[in-house]
Amino acid sequence: MWKLIARNLLTAPVTEPPPPVSREALVELAAQVDKAARARLGRSLSIRQIDAGSCNGCELEIHALNNPFYDIERFGIRFVASPRHADVLLVTGPVTANMAEALQRTYAATPDPKWVVATGDCALDGGLFAGSYAVVGGVSAVVPVDLHIRGCPPSPTQLLSGLLALLEHVERGGVPR
Amino acid sequence: MAAPALGEWIQNLPGTNWEAVPAHRPVPRHVFDAAAWNDLIAMLAVADWELFGLWGDDDTIHVAVRDPGDGLLVVLSHPCPDKSFQSLGHVRPGAIRLERAAADLHALISFDGPDRRPWLDHGRWERSRLFASAPYPFLPVDGDGVHQIPVGPVHAGIIEPGHFRFHCNGETVVRLEVRLGYVHKGVETLMAGQPAFDAVKLAGRISGDSTVAYALAFSRAVEAASGAAVPARAVELRALMAELERLANHFGDVGAIANDAAFALLHAECGRLRELILRAAERCFGHRLMMDRIVPGGVAVDLDTGGADALAELVDELAVRLRHVVDIYNAKPSLLDRTTNTGIISAELVQRFAAGGFVGRAASRDFDARKQPGYPPYDALAFEVPVRRYGDVHSRVTIRVEEIDQSLGLVRQLLERLAGPAARTELRATLPAGSGEGLALVEGFRGDVLAWVRLGGDARVIRAHLRDPSWFQWPLIEAAIEGNIVADFPLCNKSVNGSYSGHDL
Repeated sequence: MWKLIARNLLTAPVTEPPPPVSREALVELAAQVDKAARARLGRSLSIRQIDAGSCNGCELEIHALNNPFYDIERFGIRFVASPRHADVLLVTGPVTANMAEALQRTYAATPDPKWVVATGDCALDGGLFAGSYAVVGGVSAVVPVDLHIRGCPPSPTQLLSGLLALLEHVERGGVPR
Repeated sequence: MAAPALGEWIQNLPGTNWEAVPAHRPVPRHVFDAAAWNDLIAMLAVADWELFGLWGDDDTIHVAVRDPGDGLLVVLSHPCPDKSFQSLGHVRPGAIRLERAAADLHALISFDGPDRRPWLDHGRWERSRLFASAPYPFLPVDGDGVHQIPVGPVHAGIIEPGHFRFHCNGETVVRLEVRLGYVHKGVETLMAGQPAFDAVKLAGRISGDSTVAYALAFSRAVEAASGAAVPARAVELRALMAELERLANHFGDVGAIANDAAFALLHAECGRLRELILRAAERCFGHRLMMDRIVPGGVAVDLDTGGADALAELVDELAVRLRHVVDIYNAKPSLLDRTTNTGIISAELVQRFAAGGFVGRAASRDFDARKQPGYPPYDALAFEVPVRRYGDVHSRVTIRVEEIDQSLGLVRQLLERLAGPAARTELRATLPAGSGEGLALVEGFRGDVLAWVRLGGDARVIRAHLRDPSWFQWPLIEAAIEGNIVADFPLCNKSVNGSYSGHDL
């Protein structure tokens, strides 16, 4: 173990510079700023992830945000265990009929102000699963969505640039819709 | 009296009670009338034949049964025009949840089933059965000081949804009951009527961590049904992707298990190694998880020389770093104390449920679909299937580490073969127009994925069924946790790592 720690101390960290903030996401978010509300959160965001029906591909890439290459916590973004502690709900999957109520209840349990980020192509409109008897649709079919991050699944870099855009937006005093 | 072999027993059934179905490849399918079905249940009570799957199809219930003696796998189909059939659940407990799913999805009812509560149906579909929306009756526990801990479907961590109902006495778990079905997306209904080339995309999204295994299983079933011959290079590229997927998942999970024992160093190191594999996959095949790279008839991408070199380098690095990981793991008594003797899944249970993957192999069940029934190119590659006996978390970690070693060897062999005289003319065969039925068994990182497809003449899927290895692993977690403390549940659960989406379909 000491060898590994020593080597990691002696070599440069593998953590990479942040990706550029997603312009696309900024545009989507900017459209939602009505009045300049005060940023209450400072430079930090707590995220509660909700799988509302995904194939778990998105979860794998969200997990990767915590690995040493992306190290999401350096930006003040961290994943929390309870919606009570969350500013952001990061929702994946086409919303299944069996998860719709759980998603609604989690949204209701999250204190204001809160933002919802729909993650992955399925979260946008149900993706390949749209039209199934067991699928309600995209995340916006159940709760209001502030930002979509596309991809099947979105890569950690795409996720990071979308979340950084949200962080920037919040810092400028953007409010959720 | 020793039970006869499965094949022999079928041949000796009265000819009026069963008939063989033509054009079901590569294993036989037989139609069993009620008498033969009855006999099958009686035989299962005495024989060691394993249940590999059970699924509904209009008015027919199909089971896949395997004789571990000679490895014969057959599909037995029982027409039930009155929508009811005699349950296999009393003799093969692995059938119970599958029968409940068949009732939910096809209204095929096992009239004497040991458990007839709804399973995937939570009463929220238009087609839901009437009583499915009633509160789910969890199995009761009585006793002084027994209390319940309900967890999920939304639970802490970045994880799929499922509900865990713990009955505890103090810290000790008296009973755990798992309720699943939250991520049921109706995949099989969506597949029906789709061209095989579209349906394979859905197959690759049944369980994202096993996208390669699923796309491969589905494609192999389609190829078996239509009689397509896959080009040799494509066969090797498929195996290369499958082994990379196995490596990425095993590394990720070994780290996650250490993390659940609060040992962050290994989590960071393993997460880093997993990331290196995903980046190599992106570099070589254009997608980090290798989604949509395997298609019926072959593969969608080739490996270039630069990619092959990058993989060769990666494998060497992983082999070295794996040793560090193992040395650290073995030198930490506080970590070993958490994994050893925790979450024991007995060999007997594993046999009864025919649990595959590292869950089975950590408890004496020497089964790996790459060896038995086997499929190319594995018949031409040298590798071993590690097996342990004790069935605790530590055994499952050890199996995974040993499997990483084997997969690294397989990647090396595959790279060597792919570098040979490049017959890189063809990566994908066109599917012959023939219709038929096909079955495939593919070893994913989690265990054997079973795919069954009925194909129409225009390469359209008439009916497809995919059975995740988790079906036979989830029930065992309930046994593994009994008598353990609540705090060890994450560790036990992660060491099994059942798929929610793969199970829920």
